[in-house]
This record gives sequence, C-alpha cells and structure tokens, in this order.
Amino acid sequence: MKYVDEFRDPAKAAALLKEITSLAMRNPVCATRPLQFMEVCGGHTHSIFKYGIEQMLPDSIEFVHGPGCPVCVLPMGRVDDCIALAEHPNVIFATFGDAMRVPGSKKTLLQAKAEGADVRMVYSPMDALAIARNNTGRAVVFFALGFETTMPSTALTILRAEAERIDNFSVFCNHITIIPTIKAILDSPEITLDGFLGPGHVSMVIGSGTYEFIAGHYRKPLVIAGFEPLDILQSVWMLMRQLEDGRCVVENQYQRVVHDEGNARALEAVHTVFQLRPFFEWRGLGSIDHSGVQLRETYARFDAEKKYPVPNLKIADPKSCQCGEVLKGAIRPWQCKVFGTACTPETPLGSLMVSSEGACAAVYNYGLIDLGQILKQRAAAVDASPSAQPV
Amino acid sequence: MSELITRPEPRIRQRSGRISCDTITLAHGGGGKAMRDLIEDVFCGAFANPILATLEDQARVPLAELAKWGNRLAFTTDSYVVHPLFFPGGDIGELAVNGTVNDLAVSGARPLYLSCSVILEEGFPVADLRRIVASMRRAAQAAGVHIVTGDTKVVERGAADKLFINTTGIGVIPAGVDIAVTRARPGDKILVNGYIGDHGVAILAAREDLGLTVPIESDTQPLNGLIETLLMACPSVHCLRDATRGGIATVLNEFAQSADLCINLNETTIPVREAVRGLSETLGLDPLYFANEGRLVALVPADCAAAALAAMRAHPAGTHAAIIGEVSDGPKGSVIMHTAFGGERIVDMLVGEQLPRIC
Repeated sequence: MKYVDEFRDPAKAAALLKEITSLAMRNPVCATRPLQFMEVCGGHTHSIFKYGIEQMLPDSIEFVHGPGCPVCVLPMGRVDDCIALAEHPNVIFATFGDAMRVPGSKKTLLQAKAEGADVRMVYSPMDALAIARNNTGRAVVFFALGFETTMPSTALTILRAEAERIDNFSVFCNHITIIPTIKAILDSPEITLDGFLGPGHVSMVIGSGTYEFIAGHYRKPLVIAGFEPLDILQSVWMLMRQLEDGRCVVENQYQRVVHDEGNARALEAVHTVFQLRPFFEWRGLGSIDHSGVQLRETYARFDAEKKYPVPNLKIADPKSCQCGEVLKGAIRPWQCKVFGTACTPETPLGSLMVSSEGACAAVYNYGLIDLGQILKQRAAAVDASPSAQPV
Repeated sequence: MSELITRPEPRIRQRSGRISCDTITLAHGGGGKAMRDLIEDVFCGAFANPILATLEDQARVPLAELAKWGNRLAFTTDSYVVHPLFFPGGDIGELAVNGTVNDLAVSGARPLYLSCSVILEEGFPVADLRRIVASMRRAAQAAGVHIVTGDTKVVERGAADKLFINTTGIGVIPAGVDIAVTRARPGDKILVNGYIGDHGVAILAAREDLGLTVPIESDTQPLNGLIETLLMACPSVHCLRDATRGGIATVLNEFAQSADLCINLNETTIPVREAVRGLSETLGLDPLYFANEGRLVALVPADCAAAALAAMRAHPAGTHAAIIGEVSDGPKGSVIMHTAFGGERIVDMLVGEQLPRIC
C-alpha cells in the first residue's frame, strides 16, 4: 500500500538495527543496565507490539510505555459519570469505540448499553453532532476524550453546533494535556529514563517547541516520532546518536507531519473553546495540576457536566493495581502483581489492560512472553517470603 | 406410463395459496390460512422440491439416498441475524445457505439437505422476504443442496430485528475422509483460499456511516465444490475450518489450542485486498479478525501442499489461495505472526468485538 509500505521496509529496518546495535555496544550505560526510552503515546505502544519492534532491538534497550493512552488514564469515577449520563432516559450517549469497554466501578458502557442505555459508537464528534441534528427530541452527549490530538475536532464540533444553533448537543469533556503529565513523571523520584519518543499526533497540533524544557531543564533527549515501524526505529537511532554525541536536544523525526510551530488553526479553535482545569485526576498517576481542560463559560450550554447532574465521585484504583508504577516505568507490565491473573483483557482491573494501546493489554495480547513461566516465578517468590500476602 | 408409476417422488401438489398484502402481520404466524398462504406462496414456490412439497411436519429422506454418499452423517445448525439484511455482495438468505453448507463441507461431507426456519418481525415487507427467499433458492442451487423442511414464526414489532433465519443441514462424509483438528502435525502447511476480511469490511461499510467509499463486496460463497477438489488433490488434508466470525485469527487459535501446537504465520503471504488493508489502517482494526463467509483455512501435510495449492487456485472459489504459514512444535497453543517488518508478535483470540481505536 502506497505511503505505508515504504515505512515498513524490512531491509531498511535491518540497516537501522545494525547501527542501533553498534551504538548500544559503544554506550557505557548499556554495560550496567538497559537504556530506558519512554514512548509517551499509546499509538507508539501499539506499533511497537504490533510489529514486534522490542524483540528486534538489542536487550540493552527497553521501552517504557508511557501515559499516552487517553482511554487508559481515565479514572474510574469519570467512567461512572459517563454511565450515569448514558443512563439518563432522554440521552443518546455517543462515544469512540475503545472507550466502551473501560471498566467503571460497577460496569462498562458496553454493559450499560446491554441494560438499555442508548450508547452509540461514533468515529468523530461530527458524527455525534449529526445524531443530534437527526434526533431533535433527544439530548446527545458526546464523550470527548483524548490529548491535543482529538481536542481540535471536539472544539470545531462545538463551534459548528453553536453556528447551527443545535442545542440538544453537549460534550462530556475529558480532554487532557500531555505536557504537565510528562513533567509530573519527570519529577517522580523512581524515574531512570534515558530519553523520550515524543508523541507524533499531539505534536502535529502543539508543535515541537513545547518540549524544550525536557531537554533543557531535565536533560533528557526527546525525538518526536511517527507511528510506522521505521519511524520508531529511526527515532531510537536518533536518541542513541544524541547519547553518543553527548547532545541533549528536541529533534523531529516526524517532519512529514509535524511542524515546529504546530497547527495554528487547530490551536486557535482549542483556545477559543477550552480553558485549563485547575487539576485533573489520572488513573494510576493521581491528580495532576492543569492537566485537563474544560469548556469555557461562553460554551457552558454545550457542557454536559453543567447540563446534567453527574455523581462526580472520586473512586480509588484497586489496591492491587500497579498501573501507576508501570506508567512511570518503575516496573514492566508483567512485573505487576496481578498481571495475567486477576487482571486480564477479559477482566481488566487496571486501565492499562483495557485498550489495545494500554501497555499491559499490548504485552498480554501481542508480547512474546511466557505467562506460565512468569506465574511460576511469582509463586516461587511468594513461597520464599513467608510475610508476602498472596494477591 | 411405466415411468410415471416407478417414479419414487410424490407428485408436487398444485398450490392455490397466494399472499396479497405488502407486509407481514401477526396473522401470517397464526397457524391459519394466512400462514399457509405465506408458506405456499413464498417458500414452497421458491424451494420447489418433492420432499418439501409433501408439506408434512418433517422431511422424509430415504436412508439409501444418504448411504450412497458415504458412511457418516454430518449434522450442523446455525442462526443468521446479520444487519443490514442486504449488503454489497449478498444478503442474509445467501449467507444462511452458504454458512450451513460450509459448516458441513469442512468435515469433508457432501452437503445434501437444509432446513429453513424464519422468524419475522411484524411489518416486514413481503417483497424483501421474497427477495431473500429467492437468493436462498439460488444459493441452494449453486451449492447443490435442497431445502426440504422449514418453519415460520411472526413476532410482535420490536420482539425481533426484522428477520432472523436458522438453517440446519445434513450431509454425508465419504468413507476414508478424516478431517479433524487433532490431526494437525508439526510441519503442516497452512492454506487459505483467498483474500481475507472482505465480508467483515463489506458489512462494516454498509452498517456504519464512515463517509468512505469502500469498493468491497462480501465473499459469501459455498465451499463444498472447492473442498471436493482439494480432497481429490490432497486426500490427507489434516484440518479444515471455515473462518467466519472472529476471522482467520480465531480459527488458527482454535487449531493451535486444540492440537497443542504452534502456528507460525508469515505476514507477507496473507492475501488481503488493498481496500481492506486501507480501511483497517484507518480505523485501527486488524483484517485477521474480520469475518469471512467464503474462506477456509486448511492444514495439509507439507508433501501435498503444492498440489493442494494448485488445486485450490484452479477452482473459482480459490483463485487467490495462498500458503500463509506452517505448524511447528514451538510455544504450544500459540499463534505467532512473523511480521513483514521482521519482528514477531502473538495473534491472540479477541476478547469481544474489535473496537476502533480513538486516534
């Protein structure tokens, strides 16, 4: 397929891998521990597993799967709010597909739908607006979520609803913003990251300049990466080159899509419609200041949180769930106490097991790991330490 | 004259029942004249065959008629609830015949007789019903089977979604044919008979308002002719299954788990149409999990793989057949994809439906 297969060329991959391997052999850190690169974006996590990139890299390079799966970091309380909205008798609740299976404290949207809630899967917020246009007697609530990637389309949909005076449309806004979260991760004491693969689609909107503090203040190199497997390998190679040269800068591998200044029109729509929230709750990471957005007062009539009563309860993550540690790279997915036992894609306990972009689901579904072996090792560890409580 | 006397089939009765209204009402399920008119006009007229024409409560099939085809009966049932009822490349009627024919055929059986049980929602247009029944007739003719018994029920509006069909089929497995998942062996080659995912994509495109033009038609087709050809070229076929819901990924996982072996797939050899790939890339879906309605997966011993492939390609239902991988004694119960990019990944069973990714 044109414009896709060029970025999946195995011969070019082999050449890049050879270079990466020799750079790793020369890197003094690799002699003591693996280098850890965090891919911030869930789309990267998905590609890494789909193409088996991690197994192709030398053992001395590890990916840490970051917080960039918007479905995964949504706290349980917000999912409960969604379900409360969806169960409102006059509401048609429109959502992206992969949000349907995210567990709230009692059920998922898929279960609410089975019980009679009118939940509809859409591919874009404009589809939700079309539903509102065609169902004037019903109230349509769009479940808006995602980073800066999906924020502009929600903003433009609200502006369109305003222009067309469609007043039976509103948005349950769960948009989040990536920068404060990367900062929170970098401030966390358990971090040993050596570099970042910067998000591709987010950067297409916000530009590349925003990440300067990561290289400047935190001294971590960052390469904005595309989503095809060669994009990812080339970005790893660029990070390795920076380490070898002793440089620490923001570089842009995804130049065919990302421009330094971002997308001015998208940003303008976002700023017109949204303002930062004082804080927003992230599943696994807790509350992070200025990490979410809400609709400005001018657009309050499109704000589902203002139009309908929502429970707005804070629900703690299950105690045994270690999603936060996985998100920060402190442990690998299969090192979590409940991975593959209490927490599986069938019965996800933690958010990272839910979406195919979630690190745990990706490892479970695509990873070449021997689950039996891991469970045996875990059982042996529990036997060996009498104080340890089985999970 | 003597020819008339020795003919075993009962004479087809002249029918007088005709349906005059445009929509199905509860009266058509009431057991009275309206129901009889519906059955005689719509179903018997289309499926016309001597066994059905007796209109007894059951089809009566002489055992000798079955025994001449082999020594074991194959018996299967399936219900069809597809939405929309009509889609590019087919409709629910064609699906209901081909699906059951294929479930029989993958045992190596010759499919012979089908039942047809229809649940109608009141208000369903009679013209649509005729169209669906006509395509069942065409599909049955194409597959060489007879629809010999049936049932109709009409339920109140809202109690069913327009029309559901159940078909049950019987066929006969020739002596000596032994196709079973337990026969898979390391070294077996894995074959598919053509492009995967066409049906799933055709339905997705017909169902969702994607705003995309997808030039893909359902692959619904009977597989019994192809399987007969395959068995002639390679009588020792180990395993056969038609890859319907859950796609070829699900069938391969069933093989890997039941046979406790490892399935290795080679991504570059799996036939996927450009448009199916494109839609999958756009929506973040995987063609391996898309439904098919005329695709089989076969495990054959390596020494007859080339003959099996050539035979399949020579048949119209297998023009784009390919060898897509092989069985090994690697990690037991797993399906491993060797990606075109040079990596490896597990291809697992789906938990639920495939859901498009957000971004």
